[in-house]
Order: sequence, then C-alpha cells, then structure tokens
Amino acid sequence: MLHDFHLDVRAGELLGLLGPSGSGKTTLLRIIAGLDFPDRGRVLFGGDDATGLPVQQRAVGFVFQHYALFKHMSVADNIAYGLNARKRSERPGRAEIRRRVGDLLDLIKLSGFADRYPSQLSGGQRQRIALARALAVEPRVLLLDEPFGALDAQVRKDLRRWLREIHDRTGQTTIFVTHDQDEALELSDRVAVLDKGRLEQVGTPDEVQDRPASATVLKFLGDSIELEALAEGGRVLVDGRPTPVAAPRGVIGPTRLHVRPWQLQFVEPAEAHLTGTVRASHRSQGRQRIEVERPDGRLVVVEDFDGERYAAGRPVGLRINGGYVFAG
Amino acid sequence: MVATPQRRFLFRRPSVIPGFGLTFGYALTCLSLIVLLPLAALVAKASGLGLDGIWEVARDPRVASALRISFGVSLAAALTASVFGFVVAWVLTRYRFPGRKVVDAAVDLPFALPTAVAGIALASLYAPNGLIGAQLAKVGIQAAYTPLGIFIAMVFIGLPFAVRTVQPLIAEIDKEVEEASATLGATRGMTLVRVVLPPLVPAVLTGFALAFARGVGEYGSIIFIAGNLPYVSEIAPLLIVIKLSEFDYAGAAAIATIMLGISFLTLLAINLIQAWSRRRFGYV
Repeated sequence: MLHDFHLDVRAGELLGLLGPSGSGKTTLLRIIAGLDFPDRGRVLFGGDDATGLPVQQRAVGFVFQHYALFKHMSVADNIAYGLNARKRSERPGRAEIRRRVGDLLDLIKLSGFADRYPSQLSGGQRQRIALARALAVEPRVLLLDEPFGALDAQVRKDLRRWLREIHDRTGQTTIFVTHDQDEALELSDRVAVLDKGRLEQVGTPDEVQDRPASATVLKFLGDSIELEALAEGGRVLVDGRPTPVAAPRGVIGPTRLHVRPWQLQFVEPAEAHLTGTVRASHRSQGRQRIEVERPDGRLVVVEDFDGERYAAGRPVGLRINGGYVFAG
Repeated sequence: MVATPQRRFLFRRPSVIPGFGLTFGYALTCLSLIVLLPLAALVAKASGLGLDGIWEVARDPRVASALRISFGVSLAAALTASVFGFVVAWVLTRYRFPGRKVVDAAVDLPFALPTAVAGIALASLYAPNGLIGAQLAKVGIQAAYTPLGIFIAMVFIGLPFAVRTVQPLIAEIDKEVEEASATLGATRGMTLVRVVLPPLVPAVLTGFALAFARGVGEYGSIIFIAGNLPYVSEIAPLLIVIKLSEFDYAGAAAIATIMLGISFLTLLAINLIQAWSRRRFGYV
C-alpha cells in the first residue's frame, strides 16, 4: 500500500529506498520497473511518461534479492540474454555481444567464469552476474531490490563497496531498496525513508541523520531513547535542568525528547539529567554499550568509547549532550 | 593414530542412517520376485525356440504388423499425451479458476478406471453411431476399429502420466525469473521458450516415457475400440493372447520377448536423453 507522494530521482545518482518491511519500498521499486501497477499516479523517466509502457519497453535493469538467474544458461548466456532478446534490427552482432559480455565480466571481476553455470557459483558471485545481466542492456535506471539481503555479513560489506565503485565508474542512475540503515547511509548519495506507504524524508545521509524529519525517521535510523521533557524559553528541559537542545518553533510545554546512545555522557550525579545503576555492559569493536536502569525501572542504553569499565550495580549519572524534538 | 585406507572400494559408505542391510535386502528380494523372476521366466520360455525361432516369429507379417502398430501408435500417442498433458498441467498449476480442483482430480480417473470400462466407453463414443463417431463420420473420419481408435485409447490412458510428472515442476517455476526476463526486454513468447520451458524438458521426457510404456503394454481399453483387424488394427499384446489361446506358449513368449527388447531399448534411449538434458539444464 502506497500513499500519494512525489519522489524525484536525479540523473546519475545512487538513491537508497530505506524502510522497515511492509513500508512499500519494494512495491515502489516494482512500480518504477513496470512489474506492479499503481491505482493512480505517474512514472516519468526524464520527462517521458512511462506509466503506460509495459516492462519490456521501460529499459530498466532489475536485480532481485534472490538473483533470479537463468539456471540452465551459462554465465555468458545469462549476461547476453537482454541483448539477444532485442529485435533483429537493434541486436548487436555476435562478436559485439561477446565483446560486451567480456567487458561486463571484467567490470564485475569474474573474467574466467563465462562458461560456468549459476549453480557452480557462490551467492555473492551470482548477485554480481545478476548485476552484469541488468547492466548489459544499458538501462535508463538500475533498480536493485534488497540486492545484498541474501548474503552473509562479510560478503555484504565487500559488495557494498564494490557497488559504489561500479556506480562511480559508470554513473548509472540507480535506485536500491534496503531495510538496513547502515547499508543505505554508506552507499547512497541520497536516502528516501519510507514508512507505512508514506515518504517520510528524502535527503543526503548527513541530512537525514542530522535533521530527521520525524520521530519515525529518527527511530528507523538507529537506537534512541525517548524522554519526557519540557520546552521553555526556546530550550528543552529534562527533570528541570536545561539541555543543549533547542526547542523547535511552536513547541512549548510538555514534549518528548529523543536521544541517541552516544549523546549521553557519564557525569557526577549532581550535574546529571538522569540517574540510575549500571545493569550490564558489552564491548564490541572499540566501543562499549552500557545498560543503565533508571529508578523507574526503564532501561537507557549509553554508547561510549571502550575506556573506563562500568561494573554492574554502580550508580551513575547521565548528561544529555544533544537530542531531537519534533513538533506535533 | 588411524591409518586412512587408499580409496578402498566400499559397498556401503558409512552413514548415520541405520537399516541399510535390511532395506537393501528387502528391496532386492521384492524386485527379484516381482519383476526380474517373471521376466527371466519369459526369456527362458522364449529361448526354447532359439534365436532363429524368435527371428522367425518376428518376421511373420502379422506379428511384424502388430509390433509396428503397437510401437508406432504408442509413440504418436505418447507425443500427443505429452503435449496435451503439458497444457493441462500448465493450466491447472498457473491459473486459479472455479472447478480447478475438480478438473485436477479428474486427471487421475484414467488411472483408477478399469481399463475394460474405459475401452467400452471409448468404443461406444467413437463407434460410427456413437456420439463423437457420428460427427467424425460426417467428415469422413472413422475412429473406431482403426489405428486412430488405438491412438485415442492410448492418449486417454497416457495423459495422467504426462500431467502428473510435469505438474510439480511447473508449480516450482520462480516468478522472479520470468520477471527478470521481462525487464531484460524479452516478450512473453521468448520468456516462455527460452526461460520457462527448458528446465521442464527432463520432466516432460519422463512423462513421455511413462505414457509410451503404458501405451505399449495397454490391452484392456484398446481391444474394444481397435476392432482387432489383422494387419490393420491388431496390437501385439492381443496377438500374445491369441497365441496363448492357441496353446502356442513359445510363440507368445517370443513376441513378448521382442516387445521387452524394443521397450528396453526405447526406455534406455529416453533415459540417456534425459540424463543429457538434466546435465544440459543444470540439474547435476
């Protein structure tokens, strides 16, 4: 289910469609491709109306989460499929097709694999073949549906970097769908955040992280805690103490303050906005996450450099160094 | 330290699944008693005639004609059943329509019906005064009592095999593969021919082999519609029955052995094609 919205994709950009499952991001991608049909609204490619065009004539490249390679064809035949499918008058010659397939195999760094079959390849290799197959037809826009969703963590990271490289080299306008915020923020020129069929925000990774348009966007982009706060004189107060957070215009009185784990700092209880006792702490990759239980029993997760250790049961105070307040 | 033997031949590979001895013995005993022993007895009986004797039987014009009809019509019927069966399986699996379950169940009827009943039903339908036979007679086609009648009966009994072998594979077709083909610019027809059908070839071949084998061996449903005219519409199994009723056991066994030989070679050929196509289409 999608609600009405307008989304502009700029030529040559890498746009990430980010949203939880069921947010409509895959539906949007499939509508752009012509695989699903909107009840109303239009799809424009550079100004040409493509809404009525069947999928075959939209000149899109689509990469599926589960690769959707043709199992009975060799790697080379898979990549050449789109070229061979063209009308005779538009089809390149045999030698030309072979050359293009060779170039694409070089691009995806699988040069020696032309005669293999998909069943002989790993997941990451299959997805690269699927990408080459989509690029072979020189699409106006490349659409990737959770392209790394079926791969394990290490391969995912490698492919992410590699996709960025390919994009920088080819300048291919690309839209990709993901539910992984790290992936979207690392890879995209701009991110479009969708939730429940609504377009919540479009912006660069910096914009959506520094100035999230709504609590939904903020929550989806990472962990946060929500605190009762008071907006007074343009400042946001927690527990009667002023915080560095400025209240947006029009927000006066009781409100909610959203704070990221790294916007909390351990301080002496006397100058703290929040107090509590340490319940547990975990270290990972040079950082630590400390769970602090507040007097009312609620948990606050604090993120800190892996320096001083916090033993369970230790009373601590927390200062709020930043946060987000949304109007309405 | 444990010494690892140099790729010693093992009749049975080590496995955590128990019961190999029992099940293997049971399977072998059943296969021997039910399949191999009767076939061996058949060959033994026929061997009383000697190779020359069998050759003599095969060269008898009536026998040769019956064999030609049996195998030729079976081949044609299996081909037809494969095509129809494929379409039926396609419709039943790919589309949802009212009555689908009923049609799906009806496909199995030729399995369950006593073949003689099917034969009588077909004969009365296609007889020159029957429901369909009368219409065919108007355009000058006589189905009953000709090889065409045999063909109809064989398609009837072969169809379920063709349907049931391809149906699960059609159900497994990945919708995304078809969509991928479409996004690459392929028309529906091209997607069908180059993407959807090739992986189904091995299953279609299996269905063809089963329908063919069933057609060659069929007796009950054919003899009523065939008319059984020597040299025209007499099938080899009927000839065997005739020989038996004339107490020519060796002659009957000889025809049976020839049928066995041809069937074996045909099925072997189909299996080889199948093995090749499986490799070709990536089912290794």
